[in-house]
Amino acid sequence: MIDCKLNIRLGHFILDTDFSIPDTGITVVFGPSGSGKTSLLRAIAGLERSDRGFLKIGNSIWQDGDNFVPPHQRSVGYVFQDASLFDHLNVQGNLDYGVKRASGTEKDFIESIINLLDIKPLLDRATVQLSGGEKQRVAIARALAVKPHILLMDEPLSALDLKRKQEILPYLDSLHDELDIPLIYVTHSPDEASRLADHLVLLEEGCVIGSGAIDQMLTRFDLPISHGADATSLIEAEVVGHDDQFNLMYLSFSGGQFTVTDSELPLETKVRLRISARDVSLTQEQQTDTSILNIFSAIVDEIVPEGQSQVMVRLKIKDVTMLSCITRKSAELLELNPGKKVYAQIKSVALLS
Amino acid sequence: MLNEFDISALFVTLKLASVSTIILLLIGTPIAWWLSQTRFKFKVVFEAIIALPLVLPPTVLGFYLLITLGSNGPVGKLLESLGGSSIAFTFSGLVVGSVIYSIPFVVQPLQNSFSGIGSRPLEVAATLGASPLDRFFTVAVPLARSGFMTAAVLGFAHTVGEFGVVLMIGGNIPGETGVLSIAIYDHVEAMEYGQAHWLSGGLLILSFIMLLFVYLFNRRFSIMRSGD
Repeated sequence: MIDCKLNIRLGHFILDTDFSIPDTGITVVFGPSGSGKTSLLRAIAGLERSDRGFLKIGNSIWQDGDNFVPPHQRSVGYVFQDASLFDHLNVQGNLDYGVKRASGTEKDFIESIINLLDIKPLLDRATVQLSGGEKQRVAIARALAVKPHILLMDEPLSALDLKRKQEILPYLDSLHDELDIPLIYVTHSPDEASRLADHLVLLEEGCVIGSGAIDQMLTRFDLPISHGADATSLIEAEVVGHDDQFNLMYLSFSGGQFTVTDSELPLETKVRLRISARDVSLTQEQQTDTSILNIFSAIVDEIVPEGQSQVMVRLKIKDVTMLSCITRKSAELLELNPGKKVYAQIKSVALLS
Repeated sequence: MLNEFDISALFVTLKLASVSTIILLLIGTPIAWWLSQTRFKFKVVFEAIIALPLVLPPTVLGFYLLITLGSNGPVGKLLESLGGSSIAFTFSGLVVGSVIYSIPFVVQPLQNSFSGIGSRPLEVAATLGASPLDRFFTVAVPLARSGFMTAAVLGFAHTVGEFGVVLMIGGNIPGETGVLSIAIYDHVEAMEYGQAHWLSGGLLILSFIMLLFVYLFNRRFSIMRSGD
């Protein structure tokens, strides 16, 4: 586990956190700008000093009361918002800077990092000759090459344009699959959060307002992310078949099977699906004369008002949770109540990763 | 052309400027680094003290140095009580005077360079496992290289060009404290304009070449950096 209990005063801003997250997978720290996301990350790296508190990453304790471990003695990889490469060194020099000061990094390991981020052709280049996306890839490789106990990333995509973002995201996906260390990823982009996160920490005005597994967090009605236009649910699924005649693909999840446009992923590929609450409508009877292909039997779990004229419904499709945003009028006509059996019609599904 | 006193003045001047520049860099670097990093409230007081030689008439500086370093001054007495002798009218005295006189020309470019680096590269180095001293030598110094170049050349050139301080505490002893700027003054006093021309022209060209070097280097450096 990662235990983080820190209290930092920066001018008028106070960061006061107390949370625990698993020490595997990707934890996304999500919140509006000014909520203290970057300060939290800097504090974990030791770049901001907490006067008291407790910070434990796996087996290493980095802060215990007044006992503060300085940043250069923490085994951490940090990727800053702008790549922040050393301009007086070339790409290889940037990688070597950390490797020279780290212990237990074998040549094979460095080689695998270089391959993972595809930077072999860049090694002899000066940093000023790199594009924004290339710089960020080198920065990620530099942080990973020291074999840290934890990788911290501070909005690594925010300084890049859309095209560069698309260029980096697949590398982040592969980090997700290949990395055996925890990654804490700070972002204010819901897209990045829902694509990458296994675990979510919500930050507001310097305080943690919620922390938990991403699929549960997105459907918790006491948190702001389960409301409004961004309300979504995530479903983990696996490719199980292709329909060449109609150019479709079948994705199986624990509650049934989705039919989506074929993106030619090989069988058994794990995918993450994002479903906007506004794209889920409800019916009492299973409709057959409809153009919608993805219809699942569901049980109403909880209903809360959403503004004046709408309600947000949390559904259970076996053990999978899904949100549906419908009008209050429809909810009354359907006589929706917790425990009622309905059919969820899903108009569109976004395939992440 | 040049007589033997002129030649010895040339050597004394170059030796003085070289020794002073080395000492200036050794003293100026930590001062500049401290000034660039500290959030100390009264930092401006130190900055003003460092800048004093820029505005003070060199004779004022020379006068106080003479009083301090002379055999009746505090430093002079201290040296004599330790079995040494007063360093007024010696080469060592000149070095002390030059270092104090030229210190703003070394500290200010270094401080600007260090400040220009910002905290980010140092934080990156920290997360990559570099201790504070390690960060200073492997990140701050290489990134401030143009500042070091400027500081060294300005410190050297400014020491070559000093007159007032040298006049007050040097005493113009040939081979010991007799420097070029005073040799020129003596030639002019003696109406030996030919020799004054040789020495003045030489200093003019030397100063120009050194400054040209600084600007060329900084330009190349700034072009390299503007690539991103």
